[in-house]
Amino acid sequence: MSKNSMTGARMVVEAMKKEGVEVVFGYPGGAIMNVYDEIYKNPYFKHILTRHEQAAVHAADGYARATGKVGVAFVTSGPGFTNAVTGLATAYMDSIPLVVISGQVPISMIGTDAFQEIDAVGISRPCTKHNYLVKDVKELPKILAEAFYIARSGRPGPVHIDIPKDVTVQEAEFDYPKKVKLETYKPTIKGNARQIKKAVEAIAEAKKPVFYLGGGIIHSNSANLVRELVAKTQIPAVETLMARGTLRYDDPLLLGMVGMHGTYAANMAMSEADLLIALGPRFDDRVTGKLSEFAKYAEIIHIDIDPSSIGKLVKVHYPIVGDLKEVLKDLLPLAEKRIDPKRYEAWREILRRYQELHPLKYEDSDEVLKPEWVIQRLGEKLKGKARISTDVGQHQMWTAQYYPFTRPRELITSGGLGTMGFGFPAAIGVKQGVPDEISVNITGDGSILMNIQELMTAVQYKLPVINVILNNNFLGMVRQWQTFFYDKRYSETDLSMQPDFVKLAESFGGVGYRVKTKEEFDKALEDAIQKGVVALIDVVVDRYENVLPMVPAGGSLYNMLLEFKD
Amino acid sequence: MVERRVISVIVLNEHGVLTRITGLFAARGYNIETLTVAPIPGSDYSRLTIVTSGSAKVIEQIIKQLHKLIPVYKVIEHSELVEKEMVMAKIPLEERLADVEALCRAYNGNIVNIGQDSAIIMAADEPKRISNFISALKRFNPKEIVRSGVVAIER
Repeated sequence: MSKNSMTGARMVVEAMKKEGVEVVFGYPGGAIMNVYDEIYKNPYFKHILTRHEQAAVHAADGYARATGKVGVAFVTSGPGFTNAVTGLATAYMDSIPLVVISGQVPISMIGTDAFQEIDAVGISRPCTKHNYLVKDVKELPKILAEAFYIARSGRPGPVHIDIPKDVTVQEAEFDYPKKVKLETYKPTIKGNARQIKKAVEAIAEAKKPVFYLGGGIIHSNSANLVRELVAKTQIPAVETLMARGTLRYDDPLLLGMVGMHGTYAANMAMSEADLLIALGPRFDDRVTGKLSEFAKYAEIIHIDIDPSSIGKLVKVHYPIVGDLKEVLKDLLPLAEKRIDPKRYEAWREILRRYQELHPLKYEDSDEVLKPEWVIQRLGEKLKGKARISTDVGQHQMWTAQYYPFTRPRELITSGGLGTMGFGFPAAIGVKQGVPDEISVNITGDGSILMNIQELMTAVQYKLPVINVILNNNFLGMVRQWQTFFYDKRYSETDLSMQPDFVKLAESFGGVGYRVKTKEEFDKALEDAIQKGVVALIDVVVDRYENVLPMVPAGGSLYNMLLEFKD
Repeated sequence: MVERRVISVIVLNEHGVLTRITGLFAARGYNIETLTVAPIPGSDYSRLTIVTSGSAKVIEQIIKQLHKLIPVYKVIEHSELVEKEMVMAKIPLEERLADVEALCRAYNGNIVNIGQDSAIIMAADEPKRISNFISALKRFNPKEIVRSGVVAIER
């Protein structure tokens, strides 16, 4: 054996070193013990022991979203892996780069229904960008390098590697590829120059163009270029949930979020536009509403690195496949030369009137805290200084509507899969990745209990996430739909049976607050920031507040429910 | 408008690659009418020939989604294809084998084996003609019919 020969388990930790991995989130178990033994012997990176495998993957995901780096998680076979699947699917739907490594029973036992055996690659196939079952230790270095490359290149996504236990003890040469080249996988980076020129021409000829900003902007780190393009063309813009923070909240050209809970002006802009300039969105149903009515007067320019996103749901007139950053670099100088920002003044005026006609609004109260007020207050206190994670439901939409986002990667949220229980572990990963900023998880009384065990992780690793629970004693979003569409038959959405969140936090070594007034909220937030330990701020809010405006599922964007009177 | 399409997919010949393809079709609700697969001689690749159907939009998505799979090297969707399919059948020995043989010949086929109580016949032709062949074969009371699925090559 040459001196570069090592076990499969050692290869895993050496690969982490080669890839510059700073932190791994994980949970050990039988099939992955050899890897954990190497972690013990070679402390190249910080390992964070979450209290559930799902949380390990969400934490790696939050870390990846906040930093732009590849998130890494280790889990064991069987239930360790199946617990991680929700995390993989969450990352897959939002195109987040992860490498998740699971243990597997030894090769000789695969297929025998062995203890903690499950067909892991069979399960992860539809919810990963790619996956591997390692059958030969000699292939492991190449597979590890490919996994990182595939996760972060092209349209990013999670990659899963399943390693049988016997592979982790077998030895082979550790020949880690410096550069990965795959004959069968070559993402298109440069956009087609002719298409770009045609797109600029279409913008210059349009009367009512709108920028439709999507999550691809965040993934390709091109928010600065987008800001420049918007400023130079003076064309109004709408953002999807995943694109929040691309433009500053106070940018006069930003019409707000688009879609089911988008602003009136944003949805009307889409409905009346004669040209959509779609930068890295994917025309999700929560954005488009009824497809046949979506942007029906508009031609569409769609720039995306994933060709299968283009034309999947709507007809695209100017498709451009490429890395958004590269395409924008080519497009900007042409746009500057060809486009006259004054051309769109009449259109901007129409949209300004829409904004004035129906701005986002809620009725504040002195008697009961309004959830929207809480978000706005958080914004006043933390604007630009914090990363905001959310769970899924009403609080998520209020956050997207009312929080003053100032930059990309400020909002960390599960958009595509809509995973309750995502926010808290994600916020732990965020705090690990961006330790100098405050990490807040805005959550609901339903979502927070789905990964509440992570209080222990946050305390152990001193990752002081502040959880703001908008507590309405309801599974609020479902309750809202029941109010609107099910004649108030509140089937299984009453969450009045609750723990004492203050004691709960304290029992783990964190701090808890129960808050009923504005003053109490301010004090609790200040105290939590100052204490620097994980916090639960249990905010009692109006039970029956609804997220508005709302486009009922399957309805047209221009048919918004602007208010709901009982 | 739903149309029939033949798609050839060149894939890395590795563990689980067929599941990726069929899983994709199942997960996205695409239709597989026939599927054939075999290694490409002298390479690390296999060639799959899939006969599917769908609207132009669906076919476009199928091709893009296939491309997106990491081990897929190439997706060939051609209207200028030569297609062939093979069929084998068992015919009872009591039938008039001279007539059976004449029928087989008309479809590039033959009697390939004669056992104790049945003859095995084969034919290889364009898929549509194979369907005609099977209809014509009915009056000889075939006991078993096996179709291979389509293979195709660009002109």
